Amino acid sequence: MTIPKLHLSQIYCKSAPDRGRGTWRTCLLLAVMLWGASSAFAQAAPATDFSKATTSEKLTQLDQRVTAAQSSADNAWMLVSAALVLMMTGPGLALFYGGLVRRKNTLAIMMQSFALMALITVMWALVGYSLCFGGNGPLIGGFEHAFLRGVGADPNPDYSGTIPQTTFMVYQLMFAIITPALITGATAERMKFSGSVLFMVLWFVFVYAPLAHMVWGKGGFLNASLGGRFPTLDFAGGTVVHISSGVSALVCALYLRKRTGYPQQPMPPHSLVLSFIGACLLWVGWFGFNAGSALASNGLASSAFVATHFAAASAALAWCAAEWFKNGRASALGGISGAVAGLVAITPAAGFVGPMPALVIGICAGAFCYWMVTKVKAIFKYDDALDAFGVHGAGGTIGALLTGAFAQQAINPIFGAGKPVGGLDGHWAQVGNQLVGVLIAWGIALVGTIVLLKIVDMIMGLRVTTEEEEAGLDITQHGEEAYNLEA
Amino acid sequence: MMKIEAIIQPSRFVSVKEALHEIGIEGMTVTEVRGHGRQKGHTEIYRGREYTVDLLPKMKVEMVLPDALVEKALAAIMKTAKTGMIGDGKIFLSKIDEAIRIRNDERGENAL
Repeated sequence: MTIPKLHLSQIYCKSAPDRGRGTWRTCLLLAVMLWGASSAFAQAAPATDFSKATTSEKLTQLDQRVTAAQSSADNAWMLVSAALVLMMTGPGLALFYGGLVRRKNTLAIMMQSFALMALITVMWALVGYSLCFGGNGPLIGGFEHAFLRGVGADPNPDYSGTIPQTTFMVYQLMFAIITPALITGATAERMKFSGSVLFMVLWFVFVYAPLAHMVWGKGGFLNASLGGRFPTLDFAGGTVVHISSGVSALVCALYLRKRTGYPQQPMPPHSLVLSFIGACLLWVGWFGFNAGSALASNGLASSAFVATHFAAASAALAWCAAEWFKNGRASALGGISGAVAGLVAITPAAGFVGPMPALVIGICAGAFCYWMVTKVKAIFKYDDALDAFGVHGAGGTIGALLTGAFAQQAINPIFGAGKPVGGLDGHWAQVGNQLVGVLIAWGIALVGTIVLLKIVDMIMGLRVTTEEEEAGLDITQHGEEAYNLEA
Repeated sequence: MMKIEAIIQPSRFVSVKEALHEIGIEGMTVTEVRGHGRQKGHTEIYRGREYTVDLLPKMKVEMVLPDALVEKALAAIMKTAKTGMIGDGKIFLSKIDEAIRIRNDERGENAL
């Protein structure tokens, strides 16, 4: 066989989102280049034996090395992505939310995110991964991977053929962490820490796990890539993460009722500097969230990366434009809120839409979420303290629907080569499928959350007393003050 | 002994302090305060919600002086703290019954 003389530039110029031949050729070159040097790929035979091997033995070894090379690249990217997604929770979300609350509640809101980083991790290790990605039922997984049995260095071909299942597992864990953390924004400044811990544990098992399995798990009936009955396109979690947490957030905000003094008493953010830093960390971390959902270091990841970035940018501009029009000025809070709204909306779409549609999705999300947070919230007067519903619930919904409209098989032929995917391919029925997924996510979140809130309220109570609320959650729930400026 | 309590614009503080140093007054207590007289505040908007901020930042400069220095100090403060606009602040004078230096128990004007 002739080995093509590939120039180094050709490796880096693989910009077209093709996942087949381009990747293969790239890896072939990589393997050839590393051929002569002492190999780091443990599975391959030492170089000296290679020259004595038969042709068919050589081909086998070459095949192994190529596979290892591809795995190596994919795994490196996926481990980085997992770290980026964790960073989105801590400190991204912690700072974003932390700056938006009053000073006396800063640590409390941060602690909620941090506690979930620890809690969900342990639950995931014990049973969470299995419930989401085990089994092949339509509604929920199984227990075959409880205690991470069977999860090791070998890839799980159902989900990701080139990375160790351990990597896939830990990547998905980071999503499971941030989803309940988002809900804490709605109940900020009045939720008991103990009640919220119990609620989140139950919510993770009874709301997140089923939804994650339905959309991403093998056999899940909304799973677009594994033959679900109502294939809902959700690349990185518009339904699983944002709609579920956003809608749950609304239910929690309504159940817990308004903060004492709301809306008459002014409760402005105590530090937009913290929120700004948090929002920027969210934006950067989101590349791991969306582009990492390609589960490989390939053209699709690049495409998702770009779509993510573009949507954040255009949404920030749209929100600022709306503010400029309404108030005469664009605000920093508006800018960062817009960017987050765009990132939420592009989450289901990132690996299915092109860069130009990504800009459009961002504009729609920025404008829509601005309206939800400023107008609709004022009309219905619910105290969604940090706009978890207004940004994540609403942004996730509109993003999921727009995914159906803008998905293209040229970006990601998810239903098979040549098969139309979304509206831009003429397959407008996909918007209908998206709607099914959206409604199911809404339904599960609504029902699950109400039931769990009631249960936890009966067991230990959810809301702090008025005196505790006045004194602040930092001191009453955690015995600390965020800022000891006299010290 | 008189106490001068001057509430001034934060931006004028450095000039006032230097003017007081020039006439030999070095003891003072300074606090960052908020307040307003007739000066209007401003509106801030966070995610569509409006907040009226009408407590404005000021600097409060307090000093206790021997009677002989009071008029000179007042003149210095008035000259440097004035901008001519609403919000310049106010000065209050009160009589002080006693002053004590903690270090060596001195009393009266010697303690100032």
